[in-house]
Formats: sequence, C-alpha cells, structure tokens
Amino acid sequence: MELNSKLPSGPIEKAWDQAKFDMKLVNPANKRKYDIIVVGSGLAGASASATLGELGYNIKCFCFQDSPRRAHSIAAQGGINAAKNYQNDGDSIFRLFYDTVKGGDFRSREANVYRLAQISVNIIDQCVAQGVPFAREYGGTLANRSFGGAQVSRTFYARGQTGQQLLLGAYQALERQVTAGKVKMFPRAEMLSLVVIDGKARGIVTRDLITGKIESHAADAVVLATGGYGNVYHLSTNARGSNCTAIWRAYKHSAAFANPCFTQIHPTCIPVSGDYQSKLTLMSESLRNDGRIWVPQAKGDKRSPDKIPEAERDYYLERRYPSFGNLVPRDVASRNAKAVCDEERGVGEHGLGVFLDFADAIERLGVHVIRERYGNLFDMYERITGEDPYKVPMRIFPAIHYTMGGLWVDYELMSTIPGLFVTGEANFSDHGANRLGASALMQGLADGYFILPYTIGDYLASMKLEKVRTDHAEFKREEANVAALTTGLLAIKGKRTVSSFHRELGKLMWDYCGMSRNAKGLQFAIGKIRELREEYWKNVDVVGSDKELNQALEHAGRVADFLELAELMCIDALHRNESCGGHFREEYQTPDGEALRDDEHYAYVAAWEFQGLDQPPSLHKEPLNFEYVHPTQRSYK
Amino acid sequence: MRITLHVWRQKSVNQPGRMVQYEARDVNPEMSFLEMLDVVNEELTLKGEDPIAFDSDCREGICGMCGFMINGVAHGPRRSTTVCQLHMRKFKDGDVLYLEPWRARAFPVIKDLVVDRSAFDRIIAAGGFISVPAGSAPDGNVILVPKQNADLAMDAAACIGCGACVAACPNASASLFTGAKITHLGVLPQGQPERYQRVERMVAEASRELFGSCTNIGECEAVCPKEIKLEVIARMNRDFIKVSWTKRGKSGNSAAGG
Repeated sequence: MELNSKLPSGPIEKAWDQAKFDMKLVNPANKRKYDIIVVGSGLAGASASATLGELGYNIKCFCFQDSPRRAHSIAAQGGINAAKNYQNDGDSIFRLFYDTVKGGDFRSREANVYRLAQISVNIIDQCVAQGVPFAREYGGTLANRSFGGAQVSRTFYARGQTGQQLLLGAYQALERQVTAGKVKMFPRAEMLSLVVIDGKARGIVTRDLITGKIESHAADAVVLATGGYGNVYHLSTNARGSNCTAIWRAYKHSAAFANPCFTQIHPTCIPVSGDYQSKLTLMSESLRNDGRIWVPQAKGDKRSPDKIPEAERDYYLERRYPSFGNLVPRDVASRNAKAVCDEERGVGEHGLGVFLDFADAIERLGVHVIRERYGNLFDMYERITGEDPYKVPMRIFPAIHYTMGGLWVDYELMSTIPGLFVTGEANFSDHGANRLGASALMQGLADGYFILPYTIGDYLASMKLEKVRTDHAEFKREEANVAALTTGLLAIKGKRTVSSFHRELGKLMWDYCGMSRNAKGLQFAIGKIRELREEYWKNVDVVGSDKELNQALEHAGRVADFLELAELMCIDALHRNESCGGHFREEYQTPDGEALRDDEHYAYVAAWEFQGLDQPPSLHKEPLNFEYVHPTQRSYK
Repeated sequence: MRITLHVWRQKSVNQPGRMVQYEARDVNPEMSFLEMLDVVNEELTLKGEDPIAFDSDCREGICGMCGFMINGVAHGPRRSTTVCQLHMRKFKDGDVLYLEPWRARAFPVIKDLVVDRSAFDRIIAAGGFISVPAGSAPDGNVILVPKQNADLAMDAAACIGCGACVAACPNASASLFTGAKITHLGVLPQGQPERYQRVERMVAEASRELFGSCTNIGECEAVCPKEIKLEVIARMNRDFIKVSWTKRGKSGNSAAGG
C-alpha cells in the first residue's frame, strides 16, 4: 500500500485554489450519468448529498435511523467556528489555522487545516442563507462567543442547539433534492459491506432494517460519512446507534485506518449511575468558568458535600495548576479527575465523579446571574439526576465524546481504495491528536458542501469507469458474506446478551485504552479483547429472525465490529510511544505529569492496513511537516 | 421499585397487535424510562422471548427518534420532556403503565412501539427549505435579521420532529409540526421569496399524507417536548389563507411569492 497524500505544493494560502483549478471538471450534461452513494446523513453526509444532487449527480443516501434528520450531528451543543473576524478582535484565517494545528498537538496536516480555516467563512454564509437561526445582536448582525479557551470570539451558535440547526439546514437542502429527484433516500438501511471491483469502490451491500432484505447498490463512487466510533467504549456521549460498521468493513477491504487511538474525552459529563446506564450526557464545558472542582481530601469520605468542611476539601485543579485552575484544557481536566478517583476519593455512589461546585459563584454573583448564565444546563442536570445544582454541587465525570482517528484519506478526501471517499468524523480528519471545541461541525460541513463536490468530480472525470451492475459476481459474493454473518449471529444461541458483551468491552477499553494508557495495560487489554471476541462468537444470544425489524441483531453486528476495532485501537496506542493530545501514555510524561510528545520519532500519521484477523495489521507512516506552525510544548501551570 | 407494564406488541405492519403484561422488578429510580425498558428487554432475551422494539438514538432529547404513549400521554407525564429524558423517579413503586405506539393513520406501526414517520420527511421535502445551492450565498452579515425574528425563528426551529403532536391530537393533525417549519422560515428575510409557495405545498402534502385538520384543541402544545407554541399554527393559517385568496405562488414560480 502506498500512501499518497496528494498534498499541494506552493504557498499554503493559495494551495486550495490552485488544487481546485488543477482538478478536472465533469461536463454539466454528463453529471447525470454518474451515480454516487452516500452513507450517513449527518452534517457531512447530508451536505454532500444535497450539494452533489444540486450539481446534477444521481445520489443514493443511506441512514440507519428512521429519518436523515436524526443523525447524531444533531446533538452538538456549543457552536461552529469561522474566521469571519466580525468582532474585529484579531481573528483571521491564519489564526484559526494556527490554533487548530496547535490544539491538535501537531499531529495534523497543515494544508488540510489551512483549507478548513479558509472554508469556514463560506460555511457560515451558506448556513445563514439556508435560514439557520443563528444568534443575533440587536442590530441584526450575527453574534459570536468565545469557546473552549480561544482568545477570540469566533464561534457562531444557535442557542445550545447549534448542531441541530445546522443539521436541519443540511437536511432541508437534502429533502429539496429528494423532491427534485436527484437524491433517493434510504432510511432504516444499514451498510454492511463495501463492494470493490477492479480495485475501485463500486457499491455497497445493505440490510433493510424493517424487512431484513439484503440489497446491493452499485455506483461510480462511494462516500462514507458515518461518524465516529466512540461507542467502542459502550458508554459515550454518542447516540445509541452510532457505530463503526461502515468504516470497519471498508478497512477490512483494505482501506487504511489512521490514528485509531486518538480519542477525545470530555471532562464535564454526568456520571454513570448504574450498570443499566445506556449513554452519557455532556454538560457544556462553559460550566467550568464559574464552578469549582473538588473532591474530599480523605479516601472513601462518603459524607454529603455540605458536611465536608472547607479544610477537608481538595480543589485539586486549583492546587496543581494555579494559573489556569479549573479552566485547564479538556484532556488535563479529564486525567486529573481520573487520578483522584483512582485514589478512591471520587464522589457519588460508585466513586466515579468529582464535585463541580457553584456555591462560591452563587454567593459572589447571586443566584440570578448563575441562572441566567447556566439555567438550561442546570435544568438538564436536574432532569437527569434529580438533584438541584443550585443547592448541592453537581457531580461530573469525563466521558468519550469524539474520535479523531478514522479512515485515512488524502487531501481530496479519498481513502486508499480509489473511489471510496470518507468525510466528517469518519475520516482521520483535520484535528490531529485533539479536536478543539466548535470544530467538528465546521469540518463536517466543509467536507460536504465545499470539498467533496470538487474532488469527487475530479475523480470521476479522470477515471474510465465501466458501468457495473448489481448482478456482478462481487456483489453476489458480498451479499452472501453479509447473509452468512447475519444468520451466523442468530445461530449461536448462547447464554449472554449482546449488551453484556458491549458493556464488558467498553469497560476494558475505558480502563486500559481510555484517558491514560500504559504498555502493560494495553498488552493485557489486547489479550482480553481477543478472548472476549472468541467468547462472543460462541456465546452471544440474539433472538428473533433476520427477516424483520430486529434491534438486537443490528446491535450484534455492530458489537462484532467494535470487538475487532478495539484491538486495533490498542495496537495503535501501544505503538505510539509518546503522549500527544488525547493519547496519554503514562510512560511518557514531563516531570510535572504533563504529556510528553516525541516529534523526532512520532510526527507521523499511523495508517494501518488490514492483514486478516489472525495477523497483525501492517503500519504505514505518513510523515508530517510543519512549515508554518512550529511545534511547541503546552504548559498550564 | 416494581412497575407493571402493559405493552403494545405487534409483529409487523400487517399483523394485529395486542397488549402484553410484563413486570419490571428492581427498577432503580435513577434509571431513565428507556433504560428500564433496556433491562426488561435483556430479561426477555435471556428467556428466549422477543424483546420490545422501540426507537431511540441520542437519548438526550434532541434527535426526536424516541416516543410512545405512557398511560395515554405522549412522552409520558413530565412536561417538556422526551421519553428518553424521563426518569423512573417520576413514578411510584407499584405503578401500572400502559405503553402504546403513536396512533395515527399517517404513522403506520412497524413493530411494537416503532412507527413509520416518513410522512414528516415528505412534508419537509414538499417545501420546508430555502433554495440556495452551495456557493451562492452572500456574506452572512449582508442579511440582517432583527433579533426578535431570529429568536422567534429559533423557537419554532427547535422542533425535533418526534411526532408527539400528531399522536396527542384527536384529529391526528400535523399542524404543529408543519406550522413550526413554516414559521421558522417565514419570519426570516431569507425565507421570503418562497414563503407562500412553501405554505401551499406543505399544507397540501400534510393533507395528502392523511393527517387530520386542526381544530384548535391544543393537545399538541401540551405534549410538545420542545414547547412549540400554538402560535405557529396561526401563522401557518394566516399565510395559507393569504395564498388561497390571492393565488400567489400558484404558478410554481418561486419569484411569485413574497
């Protein structure tokens, strides 16, 4: 396998314009001769489907939910960044580029990130024109806020529902193309295999989730916009259905998987309350602006917080990071919470939580100010926990919420399989080892509205593609594989539910490949994952048939893939002998306990190639060069 | 806690359904309602019985995928709350709960508590958009929007498309849903060129999908998890009457509206 990133040469400010000019165009009259499959209908998938449909291509768009509007982009709260500099506070394309490369801890491609920052301004224009109800000032101009510790106000938002409003904008554009006859929507359909003919992606095999019918769809190009794989941890802020199946099955058809161990953990989520827990809910990190984080000083102190005197509390972030205090970056806050819980000083029934206390802020500012700033978040907290955060401290704990890793793509968003494009969170993206707040929405829409429509045209115009039909032997072979897998799962009739395996896998991953990792733990986890996978295929119990709506069967297929992906994540984490961004290896830290990068040996993208389940994957390295932003060490002391 | 559940079980769209009784034992008050059903389903699975099918995805009240009737109330007893955000502490030990799918001709039951809401997508496809191809937008601040309008648009745009309004309505009307989108786009300057054509097409589609008419009962507003106000229906009606009387937008030419 050759990794050709197709990075443009020349000055970075002109690179994307030049690349667009160099791309071949498809004649308007010929666009309708091409069929494109888009899997996923979130920001990346819906924007791509709408835009490609508008251009004249024939689009088939697939989602497993009952409507494209349900995709998990909808849950993003905070906002979307754009280098508009409407606030006249010193923002620029270069500054957004600089912040993103640095925030990614120098593990992303400069050219990609620069393009993302450039396109950010077009995204806002597009969304405004679509009627996205962004927050406004009284004069009617767009409002901005500062987010995630950025020094400029460049975040556009629609209350606490920015993801919802951007997704509905893309969804409405998509539905418009449905009416125009350019997009055919396939809801409640799950992609279960990729079809590769003569080395090129030519279609997919899906299962209709209502009838169970296995179907083939042929096309000239396939786009995977299927989101991240955070649910490998079982508990995450992802939706219940979010899964890795599409990208994992593409990986098994030899699409390289890049940086699988780069996962992001959000420090302020509502803690787990019991074994039945089905998901974790994120609370905006803006809460840390006024809340103080603490745990009892003594181990196992189970007194209620108001009974613990000031002198017996440990405000550990303020103690360890006097200059940043409670506002240290996400990864630092998360690791410290884990550390105090590991010392058995965690709070709540299960000891997996820390207090986020607003008592001081309420005394200082008055309850009405706190209500004005955080009222909706306090209500949400109350709804879920039954506790009133105006009276008792919130309990929070970190949770997985984004995966920076994903399928490897070149500058044109094409994977190592020609004709297979990957967009949004599903690709290994522009976020390096750590994503900045309000950047996920930006990337999903940049890919779908403004990058893919050019690069996919270039691919189609450059290729001589014979039409293929779904009666081709490769389709038949993949259909048979998919059917065998499905009936295989039903035939096991073991003694454990799918969920029990998913929970066990999630706990393993959280303990050994979560907030902090070490070689011994990762080796142990790899062994355990293999055992669990073996047990899965002997002892899982899936009832019902494959000819009906069978939610357990859907879950079973996804967990089977998570059980394989988990191993690759551990292999990647084990090989990367450094700490960077969301990847913290305990062996590699500075004397004061901070992440220690090794630019000399690890300034590369790790792209893994599948060699069979019983063989270790092979590693390909794409070196990263930094011409514009020079690597530095982060410090928050 | 122990809860007795009577759940609508229906194999598929063409088969008759019936209520079946289940006992949920050891219910932890901290569980969400759907987590309680997850536990019931695990027990059913281990007994070799078919688990209860119900839709859900984000489980944080924003995707709109979940929803069913609990004792005749869409999304259950807590106001402004989707069923995924409803917690068992809201119930008492020994409670008896009846769970049924949304009931509406336009929402056929697929299985158990799962219904087909694709009619909502078709209403949006009929006109619930602003036609603006990627690349053709002017700078964001060229279009000034008074804050009041932006806030009003956002209130309406908060709709999650769950279908509770239809399920609660004695006429199974989709007016709150349709009116919410018409209001969202209709109060923004960007939405003006297609304003009347939009209302005409969306209302016609809702009626083609066999949703009923609105008779101002207000059940929809009472159960809406996002607190969409009845006002959106009045706005829809006003625009619809205007277009019906003036025949604006009849030509299908988007320039005719506004």
